[in-house]
Amino acid sequence: MIYDQARYTEGDKHEPLLSEKDTTTVEVGGTDSPLPDDLTRDDLTLPGLSEPELARHYTRLSQMNWSIDSGPYPLGSCTMKYNPKFTEDVAADPNAAIHPDRSADSAQGNLGLLYGLQEYLAAIGGMDAVTLQPPAGAAGEFTGILVAKAYHDHHDNDRSEVIIPASAHGTNFATAAMAGYDVVELTADEDGRVDLEALKAAVSEETAALMLTNPNTVGLFERDIVEIAETVHDAGGLLYYDGANLNALLGRGRPGDMGFDIMHYNVHKTFATPHGGGGPGAGPVGVVDDLAAFLPSPRIEKTDDGEFERFEPDHTIGKVHGFSGNWLVLIKAYAYIARLGDDGLADASAKAVLNANYLADQLELAVPYGPFHHEFAATAGDRDAADVAKRMLDFGVHPPTTKWPEMVPEAMLTEPTEIESKRTLDRLAEAFNNAYSDTDEAIETAPSRTTASRIDQVSAARTPRLSWQALDDE
Amino acid sequence: MSFDVPDAFRYLESHEWTTTDDPARIGITDFAQDELGDVVFVELPAVGDEIEAGSAFGVVESIKAVSDLYAPISGEVTAVNEDLFDQPELVNDDPFGDGWMLEVEPSDDAFDDLLSAEAYREQIT
Repeated sequence: MIYDQARYTEGDKHEPLLSEKDTTTVEVGGTDSPLPDDLTRDDLTLPGLSEPELARHYTRLSQMNWSIDSGPYPLGSCTMKYNPKFTEDVAADPNAAIHPDRSADSAQGNLGLLYGLQEYLAAIGGMDAVTLQPPAGAAGEFTGILVAKAYHDHHDNDRSEVIIPASAHGTNFATAAMAGYDVVELTADEDGRVDLEALKAAVSEETAALMLTNPNTVGLFERDIVEIAETVHDAGGLLYYDGANLNALLGRGRPGDMGFDIMHYNVHKTFATPHGGGGPGAGPVGVVDDLAAFLPSPRIEKTDDGEFERFEPDHTIGKVHGFSGNWLVLIKAYAYIARLGDDGLADASAKAVLNANYLADQLELAVPYGPFHHEFAATAGDRDAADVAKRMLDFGVHPPTTKWPEMVPEAMLTEPTEIESKRTLDRLAEAFNNAYSDTDEAIETAPSRTTASRIDQVSAARTPRLSWQALDDE
Repeated sequence: MSFDVPDAFRYLESHEWTTTDDPARIGITDFAQDELGDVVFVELPAVGDEIEAGSAFGVVESIKAVSDLYAPISGEVTAVNEDLFDQPELVNDDPFGDGWMLEVEPSDDAFDDLLSAEAYREQIT
């Protein structure tokens, strides 16, 4: 398939800004503002546009963009799966719009939903207690490691190190460092998994925790997970599960059963809430019983007479966000889980794994590590993965994550997710193969059929324009 | 491809160079800048800071990767190449010249432990 993205040009500009379409100036009435003079103005440029003109502007911008509504979006590790529209309806229900300070007796339905989500997530992860407060996946990680730290401190057990596999998400390293720990990096074994001997050599009485995702970053299941857990626990450390790859396990395996003590859930990856970039997100954290008393406050509990109330855990680390977390995001996660149910969630992980394996099988690119689950790292070999990826845009698909993880040269980390049909996967494979076998010239100048052609990454990074005001400087 | 490796300098396996002068000048090698690709940002310590041989003293960011910079020698920073903050491309254009990063007053005679130009050349070929 060949793809031509919409282009709206006026002169050398794409769709102009609203302020460029109409520059009507309005007088700002009144001179009795209590603000200092340098903070007030007498007139204001406000574009005067009719409703259809405004609607066309935003429709055009959306057509010049790429989204999951346009086609497949197989970014490995990021998991760009479809967010069902019905969850938006649920979140937009007027009954959802309540003030978070409402008394518990007047918000029983809302608290009941939050409690239900805590229970759902605990059951899915094999955890005993869950906080919904962290506002993003990385915030969840940070919360989880703060809980680990509070636990060790409470037992007068001062520890200084967190062990992290080299292929882990960058947020793991940042989390450990922000929590005040030294990072011990663990290199993978030849198969791409945790090297058990290296782990045994790395653990000590300084080990606060091992942070791990399973399946790991190239989609491989850590087969030695039980022994890994024993090794860390024997040293007095805790085992942290990064929920990045929970999609492969839904309804089939639970981090708690593997020996993990703490985990975060990326509800934007696994439970189809929007990604947090630029907007509110959520990153709930689950823990085993021994750690429950350290979770952020408030949590929601159900009393013996069936009422829901907020409570503060005994040794809470405090607040990591306002109130009970980003409520409207959490509603969507709840709605998704409730709608799919046990069978639906297990079906989602089965299809995620099937789709990744089917797609990889159609590719001319090699996949060095396997057997993989819901995602795989193909290699572009002697071609530049970024060039191949840009060429894929011309074939009407979004490319995968490129050049990461570094253990695979010229990596193309691909996660089609459970939502795609065989027909779409075939199209995706065709785009991969066409781009991969295209001429050097074609891939080095790609994309050519998109609204914006090849971006000058170097000057974008060296002289970024961080606000629209920077346009005026040109 | 062959890379510049000035004979008079000393090197680290992690691709930093130092002169053996006092103060010693420090930067990254031609090979390193080529591997990194277009450098877009350099983060360096301030004048007066102490750096320690073998430890990270700063960060270099290219469109491909973000890498730590390791100190070939220990000592107090006496000068920082502030031109790099506005023109990080100097690291690509002239890694052993205008793309230098720090000047350091060596607090001990650590040059002996570093790679010679010949040894470093062997490492990158």
